Amino acid sequence: MADLTTEFLGIKSPNPFWLASAPPTDKEYNVRRAFEAGWGGVVWKTLGAEGPPVVNVNGPRYGAIYGADRRLLGLNNIELITDRPLEVNLEEITRVKADYPDRAMIVSIMVPCEEQAWKDILPRVAATGADGIELNFGCPHGMSERGMGAAVGQVPEYIEMVTRWCKQYYDKPVIVKLTPNITDVRKPAAAAMRGGADAVSLINTINSITSVNLDTMSPEPSIDGKGSHGGYCGPAVKPIAMSMVSEIARSPDTHGLPISGIGGITTWRDAAEFISLGCGNVQVCTAAMTYGFKVVQEMISGLSQWMDEKGYTSVEEVVGRAVPNVTDWQYLNLNYVAKAKISQDDCIKCGRCYAACEDTSHQAIAMSDDRTFTVIDEECVACNLCVDVCPVENCITMEPMAPGTIDPRTGKTVEKEYANWTTHPNNPGAVAAE
Amino acid sequence: MSSPQNSPMTPGIAAGRLPQETLADNFADLHAPFAPHEAAVAADRCYFCHDAPCVTACPTDIDIPLFIRQISTGTPEAAAKTIFDSNILGGMCARVCPTEDLCEQACVREIAEGKPVEIGRLQRHATDTLMARQSHPYQRAPETGKKVAVVGAGPAGLACAHRLAMHGHDVTIYDAADKPGGLNEFGIAAYKSTDNFAAAEVNWLLGIGGITIKTGMRLGDNLSLDDLTGCFQAVFLSVGLGGVNALHSEGEDKSGVRDAVEFIAELRQASDLATLPVGRDVVVIGGGMTAVDAAVQSKLLGAQNVTIAYRRGRDAMSASTFEQDLAASKGVRLMFNLQPTAIYGDGAAGEIELEYTSDDGGGLKGTGETIRLPADQVFKAIGQTLETTGDLDLEGRKIAVTGAGRTSRKGVWAGGDCASGGDDLTVTAVAEGRDAAMDIHATLSA
Repeated sequence: MADLTTEFLGIKSPNPFWLASAPPTDKEYNVRRAFEAGWGGVVWKTLGAEGPPVVNVNGPRYGAIYGADRRLLGLNNIELITDRPLEVNLEEITRVKADYPDRAMIVSIMVPCEEQAWKDILPRVAATGADGIELNFGCPHGMSERGMGAAVGQVPEYIEMVTRWCKQYYDKPVIVKLTPNITDVRKPAAAAMRGGADAVSLINTINSITSVNLDTMSPEPSIDGKGSHGGYCGPAVKPIAMSMVSEIARSPDTHGLPISGIGGITTWRDAAEFISLGCGNVQVCTAAMTYGFKVVQEMISGLSQWMDEKGYTSVEEVVGRAVPNVTDWQYLNLNYVAKAKISQDDCIKCGRCYAACEDTSHQAIAMSDDRTFTVIDEECVACNLCVDVCPVENCITMEPMAPGTIDPRTGKTVEKEYANWTTHPNNPGAVAAE
Repeated sequence: MSSPQNSPMTPGIAAGRLPQETLADNFADLHAPFAPHEAAVAADRCYFCHDAPCVTACPTDIDIPLFIRQISTGTPEAAAKTIFDSNILGGMCARVCPTEDLCEQACVREIAEGKPVEIGRLQRHATDTLMARQSHPYQRAPETGKKVAVVGAGPAGLACAHRLAMHGHDVTIYDAADKPGGLNEFGIAAYKSTDNFAAAEVNWLLGIGGITIKTGMRLGDNLSLDDLTGCFQAVFLSVGLGGVNALHSEGEDKSGVRDAVEFIAELRQASDLATLPVGRDVVVIGGGMTAVDAAVQSKLLGAQNVTIAYRRGRDAMSASTFEQDLAASKGVRLMFNLQPTAIYGDGAAGEIELEYTSDDGGGLKGTGETIRLPADQVFKAIGQTLETTGDLDLEGRKIAVTGAGRTSRKGVWAGGDCASGGDDLTVTAVAEGRDAAMDIHATLSA
């Protein structure tokens, strides 16, 4: 079993799986049970300033999107930060950290954009013995209307300013949690870096309305006939999160800035993918909310098995391995030619590949009277749609053509050399190869 | 196809009633292993229930939701590890467990849709994958120097020995047969354990190290409990039920009348099924798994007519509904409320007389009405009994145990079919062996 011990910003945890700041980490009772279940760390649900805590709605807080068999693919929420008194949270954090010194304890904070507010809360958080803080600049609903959460995260100058205060008044690691509700995630990440952030974590939830009740004409979750946009999370947001993570990981401005990956991580594989794109660890919420704390056991066994199989001896070795392979479209090899291939042994003859290709792509699949589906190489552009819609894993594969062979679609020989759009004759701005 | 010398119509007890190819088909895996696509679809149906009812229903408490999730995320080896952590004979249990009465009966999707997650086959998918790809997955703890004797190399004994060896103890297993495995090797229908799986599993299990097996050693014969307690710090008895109950019917001594367990063992050990004789008209007396195994296999060997005669009603049959349906689908006739009274024939059995029974609440009684069935072969499958007990206290007809298999004698534990409590199932035996091992380990470490 590979050792999953992770050191992120100098904070050690027995594995890279932390629970994200969210309902599962709202109180001592849950966090203790999460640690017993095996979670490597938690980011305690966001604390607000001293005084009467925020209040939540008293109706549904969550809405969902389902896949087949009512599998929860996406969840949105309109819950606010912790609605329990600050002092209670601080006492609980202190107790839990003392009892679980080997686990990471990060405290999420969201107070108004005033220096004094941060100056007030930071020493109190420091006194808990927690390992670091996470600045909630991402929450997209409710709090953002009050100038906090995503309202800060959408203004790089504010991010930089608040981060600087935190670095000034707190001496342990500061993680800045970013909102995806912006146009270019590199800008807030760079701002956090300028402010002195030790790391960024992303993504927070995405503005969303999951459904509309067509009888009442109210968005869901509906509170007395009205709905508000919520924050979207779960497996559905993973591709968006991974793209944002990779942008920060490969941007020259932010390259090397530690990242804690968040967004739909449900299995060990999701986690490994985020880590390969540059995350030093990952944070999970929806998977725990859907399946319970125990779900971490599969993440631990799976990541460990995969690392053993690949010969990786530490999580650190995996961090960022895929980053060099994330590039711009213009640098993709246009001389790479593939063709779809259907395994007749595995084919169950549903015809979905045919419908997809015939109706919406390149008419590159033939269907015989006895429902045998075969690829027409003369038409196949290797778009991958047939692979994506096939219900049987690995039944349709994309087979690269060997250099020197002739692509029956174009009649051209497949070139061995790499060549991209920047030098392509059709590109008006092409630069001649020298 | 090669044509056999005999046919199902051949009178008497005869070998080679069916062509080799048919026999091979008949005795192929009852539940074929999952192809990867099937496993993925089956695993996808699991809801990962909290405090899952399937786990509660499993005598060995395998963490079923976790192992299924591990299959669906592409790590069947990790899934197998989850299984073996609770049940080192998870491979055999995946094949022989009456899952329809245990985990799959409890599955929430059985309740919701009448179609449970196929836990047994998924378990086999995981365990087969690991056993094919990896050597033994556990490391033995440093040797403790403590010696434990295990008597009986069946599921309970093997599970106990493995767990003890894992904790560093030195284990010697004694078994009366010429090879280990117990009922896994000798007592299970051939189509449930193909390709010599039982023997392969024992070899794999011994990979832990620290276990010595001595065969041909029978308690009460060339082995005594007093000697064992003298030489070992602890003794675990898992001797099974070696005796077979008698019919007490007239003509029971005629040739053609035999114990079903003997027939099942012979069939499992046969290298060429075409050489195995079976009757044209077979009658099996009994209502349990042994009766079904004997009846179905008689039919698969080519017997023309096979009947199970059970003295009580269908509801009382200990063979599961699945097993009953399996027998029926293979062409076995199930007859109820019938008990044997006499077997007729000139030296060899030719006909059996059965009397109808009824139970009006005051016990089972013959009604006086009888029928006769042609029967050139009669299998007795009316239960087995404990053969050797030493001076241990009994509970009913089994060794009395308390807690994790503690017998009335200090330093002696017992588990599996020979011990009181629990169903006589492979999986229950594994649980008892494992738990006794933990108790022995705790006692020896104290």
